[in-house]
Amino acid sequence: MLRYLIRRLFVMIPTLIAISFLIFVIIQAPPGSFLDTYMAELQSQGENVDQGRIEFLRHEYGLDQPFYMQYLKWGIGLLHGDLGYSFEHNMPVRDVVGDSLWLTVMVTLATTLFVWVISFPIAIYSAVRQYSIGDYVFTFLGYIGLAAPSFLIALILLYFGHLWFGISIGGLMDARYIGQPWSWAKASSILSHIWIPVLVIGLPGTAGMIRRLRANLLDELHKQYVTTARAKGLSGWRLLLKYPLRVSLNPFIADIGSLLPELISGSVIVSVVMSLPLTGPILLQALRSQDMYLAGSFLMFMAFLTVVGVFISDILLAIVDPRIRLGGGTTK
Amino acid sequence: MNQRVDPNPPESSPPEPTPPVHYVSTAPFDPLSVEVVSAAQEKFDMASQWRMIWLRLRRHRLAVLAGIVLLLMYAAILMVEFLAPYGLNSRHVDHIYVPPQRVHLFHEGRFVGPFVYDLNYRLDMRKMKRVYTEKTDSPPRPIRFFCHGDPYRFWGFVAGDMHLVCPPKDAAGEAPMFLFGSDRLGRDMLSRILYGMRISLTIGLIGISVSFVLGMLFGGLAGYYGGWVDDLVQRVIEMLRSIPHLPLWLALAAILPVTWSPLLVYFGITVILGLIDWTGLARAVRSRLLSLREEDFAIAAKLMGASPQRIIFRHLMPSFMSHLIASATLAIPGMILGETALSFLGLGIRAPITSWGVLLNEAQSVNVVVLYPWLMLPMVPVIIVVLAFNFLGDGLRDAADPYR
Repeated sequence: MLRYLIRRLFVMIPTLIAISFLIFVIIQAPPGSFLDTYMAELQSQGENVDQGRIEFLRHEYGLDQPFYMQYLKWGIGLLHGDLGYSFEHNMPVRDVVGDSLWLTVMVTLATTLFVWVISFPIAIYSAVRQYSIGDYVFTFLGYIGLAAPSFLIALILLYFGHLWFGISIGGLMDARYIGQPWSWAKASSILSHIWIPVLVIGLPGTAGMIRRLRANLLDELHKQYVTTARAKGLSGWRLLLKYPLRVSLNPFIADIGSLLPELISGSVIVSVVMSLPLTGPILLQALRSQDMYLAGSFLMFMAFLTVVGVFISDILLAIVDPRIRLGGGTTK
Repeated sequence: MNQRVDPNPPESSPPEPTPPVHYVSTAPFDPLSVEVVSAAQEKFDMASQWRMIWLRLRRHRLAVLAGIVLLLMYAAILMVEFLAPYGLNSRHVDHIYVPPQRVHLFHEGRFVGPFVYDLNYRLDMRKMKRVYTEKTDSPPRPIRFFCHGDPYRFWGFVAGDMHLVCPPKDAAGEAPMFLFGSDRLGRDMLSRILYGMRISLTIGLIGISVSFVLGMLFGGLAGYYGGWVDDLVQRVIEMLRSIPHLPLWLALAAILPVTWSPLLVYFGITVILGLIDWTGLARAVRSRLLSLREEDFAIAAKLMGASPQRIIFRHLMPSFMSHLIASATLAIPGMILGETALSFLGLGIRAPITSWGVLLNEAQSVNVVVLYPWLMLPMVPVIIVVLAFNFLGDGLRDAADPYR
């Protein structure tokens, strides 16, 4: 187990390095840098450009250096927890992002839990009572969940929230807590607001999860050992819980790899629609204004969250499923 | 056995031959005659792979229905100019934010055929909302069919002004007819949704071709060569999959220079969608190649001296092509949704090119949505198309699986 852990960790590191390089290339790709556009803007407004400050920034963030040096500087800074400098907000990225990173982690975790809790009983019901009315209803709902992207659902929810209750259901906490230090009141306010975004972001993931788990469970239920167990007189529930369910539990853990990117993608766009204080709106603004370190750090953070999530899911999977070979060896 | 029972020594005279008790035909026996099959059965048994897929697909009612819907929609994008009652950018400054108008059939208990009423307009100062009401006492304005309306250039080339439906005529010229409402510039939503269909539906097709080519190429390389090529491709796929798609799309879309023409941006967006999406197809190709390579028929072909090229294209490819097409069908809705999301956020396709995402961009703020909910209408075709592709893809996948 320990060997597997270490091996898996060593795979993770080059992946992260490659991702960081890719992200850096992408955010560097537009011609010119933020400082150029910034200066041009100031000059067009007839304002005085503080040449010294520009030069200081250019030097401080190595914009006068070749590409690979800039990358090294950024990467090494990331390792030290220095996320770089946001040109647009004129302060370190860490201060700009503030709580939004933690809130994103929180919302993502809550959504993952939501997906699990909801899809688990529904999938079992659908598989055991295949082709029943309930199965059809859930399958249909699942298709709708897959077809209606989360931002559309968010929009519809906002509309009906306004129509029926006359309130805006956007936001993640009461307005009076925004910018306040953490407290119990703030945390409980978040808890009472969080379920709507969690519901909206989690719906497509839940639909997908139900579909996969149902298919998996159906495959297992048609296997011979189930017939054998039934022939030997094992009662329905015990049989189901003891064997096929355990085997088909794997996607719950293994699918984090595909679930997490989906949830994060969903949270980006939903947070823009519902004006949540998550990473989405800041990332979008940073990309629009070419605020490269801010955008890069956000992208890197999201990729990091995913890679670590997949890492955890791989380890859990190895614990849960003894059939997974831990030692090296190639799998085909 | 016989010999032991028969006591006669072999030297004795042979016994008289006894005639057989039952009839035996002397005609030569043709073993095939007992297995004669009807012509219909033979046709079924000898059906080609594609025919079998079609026969199986036909049993999926939902998949067939979805296929028909999609065919109709793709047929419709060929003649959007003719189907849309107005041009893409025809403005009606007197009719801003008109709600969807009702089509009536009866006027004062008398059948007149489809017609609309004139509109009364007033501004609700309390809600700051434009209110339109029907003038039910006005003479009915019958909708015209196969008529001359807004001029257009068919696909940008052939000039014409023939429309399937046109707004009705009244004394002053044209009476308004906004079946799906109008937007902030008084443009007809129905026409814009129809024009947007052309962009939104083609973006999925172009994007999927990009990702199909990339997936075949990289998946094929990995599956055929194996070794370090396989490892490299696998690592790249893993890396791409661990970056959430939407932020990556956003970042890539933000790269596209502002100076590009909208048409270039359109192609740029399709390429971006395809560039990230090929990983799933590549994985499918690779795993199929790896498992099929070991099949008996592949080894047989190799032993008979077939070149690798012939083995891959003649023997291996047909066995996973159908599966691949099914996967590709299931990947198209992801692209359509991706484009919609990008344009919705304002980083995708830009006006004057209009896609459903560009239309939805107008419905971004809650205030607009609450006052003018019909701006959310482009959502309906998005959901229909995505559902249809999902149903068709599911049906195709089941039909392409030879072991069912």
